[in-house]
Amino acid sequence: MIERIDEKLAILADAAKYDVSCASSGSYRKNSKDGLGNSQGMGICHTYTQDGRCVSLLKILLTNYCIFDCAYCVSRRSNDVKRAAFTVQEVVNLTINFYQRNYIEGLFLSSGIFKNADYTMERLVRIAKKLRTEHKFNGYIHLKAIPGASDELMHEAGLHADRLSVNLEIPSEESLKKVAPEKDYASAYQPMNYLAESITGYQEEKKTLRSAPTFAPGGQSTQLVVGATPENDYRILHLANSLYQHQQLRRVYYSGYVPISNDQRLPMLHSPPLVRENRLYQADWLLRFYGFDVNELVDDQHPDLDQEVDPKLGYALRHPEQFPVDVNTAPYELILRIPGIGVKSAQKIVQARRFGKLRAEHLRKIGIVWKRARYFLITAEPDFRWLGFDPDHLKQRILSERSRKHSSQLALFK
Amino acid sequence: MTFTYDGSFEGLLSAIFESFRIKAAAEEIVEESSFQPGLFGNPVFVPSNRAQSQRVKAGLSQRCGPKAVEMLYHAFLSEQPQVEMLIYRFVKLTVSSPENILDNFREPVVLQLHRIQKQIHREVHRMHAFVRFQQTEDGLFIALITPDFNVLPLLPPHFTERYPAFRWLIYDAKRKYGLYYEPHQYHFVTLSFAQQRTISEELLTTAEKDYQQLWQTYFRSVDIPERRNLKLHLQHVPKRFLKYLVEI
Repeated sequence: MIERIDEKLAILADAAKYDVSCASSGSYRKNSKDGLGNSQGMGICHTYTQDGRCVSLLKILLTNYCIFDCAYCVSRRSNDVKRAAFTVQEVVNLTINFYQRNYIEGLFLSSGIFKNADYTMERLVRIAKKLRTEHKFNGYIHLKAIPGASDELMHEAGLHADRLSVNLEIPSEESLKKVAPEKDYASAYQPMNYLAESITGYQEEKKTLRSAPTFAPGGQSTQLVVGATPENDYRILHLANSLYQHQQLRRVYYSGYVPISNDQRLPMLHSPPLVRENRLYQADWLLRFYGFDVNELVDDQHPDLDQEVDPKLGYALRHPEQFPVDVNTAPYELILRIPGIGVKSAQKIVQARRFGKLRAEHLRKIGIVWKRARYFLITAEPDFRWLGFDPDHLKQRILSERSRKHSSQLALFK
Repeated sequence: MTFTYDGSFEGLLSAIFESFRIKAAAEEIVEESSFQPGLFGNPVFVPSNRAQSQRVKAGLSQRCGPKAVEMLYHAFLSEQPQVEMLIYRFVKLTVSSPENILDNFREPVVLQLHRIQKQIHREVHRMHAFVRFQQTEDGLFIALITPDFNVLPLLPPHFTERYPAFRWLIYDAKRKYGLYYEPHQYHFVTLSFAQQRTISEELLTTAEKDYQQLWQTYFRSVDIPERRNLKLHLQHVPKRFLKYLVEI
């Protein structure tokens, strides 16, 4: 018995792992007195894989049988892999028992498409419903919204799930057509738009009627595969920006393409583009939390993010006219733009300067990354930035400091 | 002057209250049981007094808000050497300063207290993440922990909200006491069994072993070898936690 489930779990967890989303945050769900679990807004990573990814949810496919043949996907029907399918009860048992032992924050359930969209979606919804109603499970549930499933099923999914996601995967429709001819953008946008409308609708209702049901309180997310197709960062970030603006997505995930496929339609990469993926996440953070406009990060002259430096430093180097910023007088929004100063530090700076002028020692203790920030700010000390502000010079200097540090660390192990 | 107290937070606040009452600046405040005589002459032992500690808390709350009291309590739980004096200095600063000093990050005492509180929060968060319950034959779910700081008193809100319907025990094997929950109340308990730092295999249900195996399988299966980055892995899961994680 256990062996069979063990084997299924190995197959269906392996098949789900390329979906990078694992967030359990952003949803509030209270527990009942005899229930199991809750969501408190802040996600919890219960363990980390050996590649350093957070494991927060039991992330599995219901099945990896699939009628589609998308080149980028391990579960495509032409791929010769072991197939398996969980029963509804098996997924429920795994979720409950893992959760009771504090292994996970909840369930992330996706699936290959078997028979048709409705048939697949109906089973995903049934699992969520069973967990919520029969087992009084109030932990986190993330369901994949299957494009093409009926509005009724989508609606029911939203009533039980904390988050729903439709993955666009390929960051442009022309590329999608090449690697997954059976798919198009319209069929992905249709459920996204439906969900966006329902989510805001229920939020509005909740404002006036406290007993109104919650509908996907964790919002919706999507994933874009990076490096499998030729889109540059400009295309990817503008797409993400538009998804944030128009579909009110909570998160866009970027997944550096892992060369899992020997399919002719995809490039052969030696390794996934991890640095590029990281820079895109940094840029995404700047859009959402730092008040940057997408056009400030990428434009016609700089269609790709600089891989050598983070996008905030890159912006500062391209805009010497906006620096240095005086930490004792500048508004919060500008302090947030100084490389090496994060949201927390910026808030502390604004609070602390009410008590007196800030000098370099205060900033260091507050915890800013001094060696990067110091070129871009003015403190209460006399301004002795004898270097002047030559962006090329600065970049070289920051990079060489970094490589010095790395080489001296390596020297330790010689 | 040197003050000693009974080792509780109330006791510490009572000692601080006493130093203000008799207008004698504290040079040292130490737990009675760990006081080493000889260096500072005769210490004054201040017994724990609820009314006095309440007055200190109320004064702090009024001047700096309830967050300040919480911060001092968290600092106290850190068990770091000399933390009593740090708490005392904060109270003194509060008394002598006309404004709320809680966010005055230019002040070293404030900054250090914030830093300690951050460490406490991180440790609590790690407990939320890395506690692993094991189900025993009599239906009790047990987890052993050995946190760097004494964070057990901060765990009830999270775990009682999350697991209200069954019995569980989180036991601090380092400080030899536990948080025991049964629907719908919790107690702090000391136990005789718990001299040991592991849970004996015979106590566990077969279902427990099955689910541990399944969890290990899951953990192995989600790994992506092409992305392996052990340095990052260890940064997230410090080595001291590995012994409690069934999956690693």
